[in-house]
Amino acid sequence: MKADVSRISYRPKLALAAASALVLIVLALLPPFIGLYQTQLLTYGLIAAIAALGFNILLGYTGLLSFGHSAFFGIGAYSIAFLLRDAGIHSMELYILIGLPIAALASALFGYICVRHTRIFFGILTLALSQVLYSLALKLFWITGGTDGLRVPRPTLLAGTISFTGAGAFQRFIDAYYYYVLGVFAICVVVMWVIVHSPFGKALQAIRDNEIRAAFLGLRIHRFRWMSFLISGTFTGLAGILWAPLNGLTTPDVLYWPFSGEIVFTTLLGGFRNFTGPIVGGIVFTYLKTYAVATTEYWQLLLGVVLVLLVMLLPTGIVGAISAAAKKLGPNSP
Amino acid sequence: MILLRTVDLRKQFGETKACDGVNFVVNKGEFISLVGSNGAGKTSLVNLISAQLKPDSGQILFEDKDITFASVHERIKAGIARSFQIVNLFDALSVFDNVALSVFTREGKTAKIATLAEHDQAVRDETFDVLGRFGLRDKSSVPAGGLAQGERKLLDVAVAYALRPKLLFLDEPTSGVSTRDKTQIMDTVSSVVRAGAVTAVVIEHDMDVVFRYSDRIVMMHEGRFLADGTPEEIKANKDVASILLGAPLSA
Repeated sequence: MKADVSRISYRPKLALAAASALVLIVLALLPPFIGLYQTQLLTYGLIAAIAALGFNILLGYTGLLSFGHSAFFGIGAYSIAFLLRDAGIHSMELYILIGLPIAALASALFGYICVRHTRIFFGILTLALSQVLYSLALKLFWITGGTDGLRVPRPTLLAGTISFTGAGAFQRFIDAYYYYVLGVFAICVVVMWVIVHSPFGKALQAIRDNEIRAAFLGLRIHRFRWMSFLISGTFTGLAGILWAPLNGLTTPDVLYWPFSGEIVFTTLLGGFRNFTGPIVGGIVFTYLKTYAVATTEYWQLLLGVVLVLLVMLLPTGIVGAISAAAKKLGPNSP
Repeated sequence: MILLRTVDLRKQFGETKACDGVNFVVNKGEFISLVGSNGAGKTSLVNLISAQLKPDSGQILFEDKDITFASVHERIKAGIARSFQIVNLFDALSVFDNVALSVFTREGKTAKIATLAEHDQAVRDETFDVLGRFGLRDKSSVPAGGLAQGERKLLDVAVAYALRPKLLFLDEPTSGVSTRDKTQIMDTVSSVVRAGAVTAVVIEHDMDVVFRYSDRIVMMHEGRFLADGTPEEIKANKDVASILLGAPLSA
């Protein structure tokens, strides 16, 4: 009997939820087996995945390539450094609760300026605005610490119930912070998945595919692009908030344009035409960069070669290539 | 009852007069064909009415309201929709999503960010109903980019139809398809449009199609209306015959 396609089917979503839960369990069980250093690296990877996930709603789902997302990452990182220094706040939850609206506000403002343009003009505008912030971070050294940056000591977690002082504090922090970031990462993935599968997400994809037709459906193009920019910047800002305590320091480097390039690279590496691409890209790029830096002083050259090969051989990224291969090998393949 | 009226509508591109004082009246419930040779001004007229172009002068009245300077969004809200000469779809989205988006937009649900699009049963039902009318129900999960040309043409019209417009402009719905597909497409489009009580204006070159499906035919030539009447009146019009055969017009 043929299934009635007009009825909602929950089976694919249950399968997806089960697969996601399995991945989450594996990630949760990993730390005792991989050791402290790898746990720290994986935490960086998850943070990069959150940034790329946010970036991809703009690139993959709205069709806008930003070269200025370092701005939101940097705003997230600096906002908590200021909260710590100027307001004496040590709680990670307060960092997120206060830092997130700051990142959202900056994204809303930048987005308002940028989304009136597309293609290269959009990219250049985002780049220019992010470099204004970079210059301010460098020049206003009495506020930002200049090139020295600002220290971000280990915060307390879960409303001050977990703090990190005394002997073995670093190890305890990495262990606890990994699970903290993993929890935030899981929430981010669910939230972003719902967004891109919502009517709003479908409208973004329609605008990406065919702006003129989308306008003739009655969609207000600029408003949707602005909303996408706002969500994207806020997610990337959250990644900056999570990154600063792990790094222990924030410097103007995270506002500089090569850092925006890294976010683009991360997303391309995983694949920007599928949901999981940026997640895989975030984790793989973190390891790739870490080991490239450890291997050679010409690590930028190595990453450049990887990027060239990626564009030439895997234009759909790692996940795109795996999906294509799976389709070819699947039971219904020709 | 008059649905749409243009008053002395003019649009010029350089020396070319795309619309040269057009007074176009569309009555509610009509199925009108807009014909004429290439460059006659048919698509420009539709572009002016649908807000893709701004007129140099003149007025556009829809249900007696002046919409001459209304935005695309406002005109769609008023009840004007269109399809395009070159198929204009969201190729990476499924056939279902293409039509569902029209329904979401019409219902003002596109700002919904925290619910899954495919879990809106009302939208789902209406989308499948529209797809069924256009014979595309079985293709609902196929990406629009993967459809055959005839199906793409039908989907293009279905996307506009799902907006539930009062006035629907169809710009060459049968261009680029085989003769057999043309009949199938026009049979489907005309029956769906008539069943839905939608007023339709179709730009078409194939005169067999035009004479077979139209209540009224309007012929444009060099930005002006040359003839306006029933298919029988148009068939009997010598100027129309001259244009169609490439002969000079009568004095």
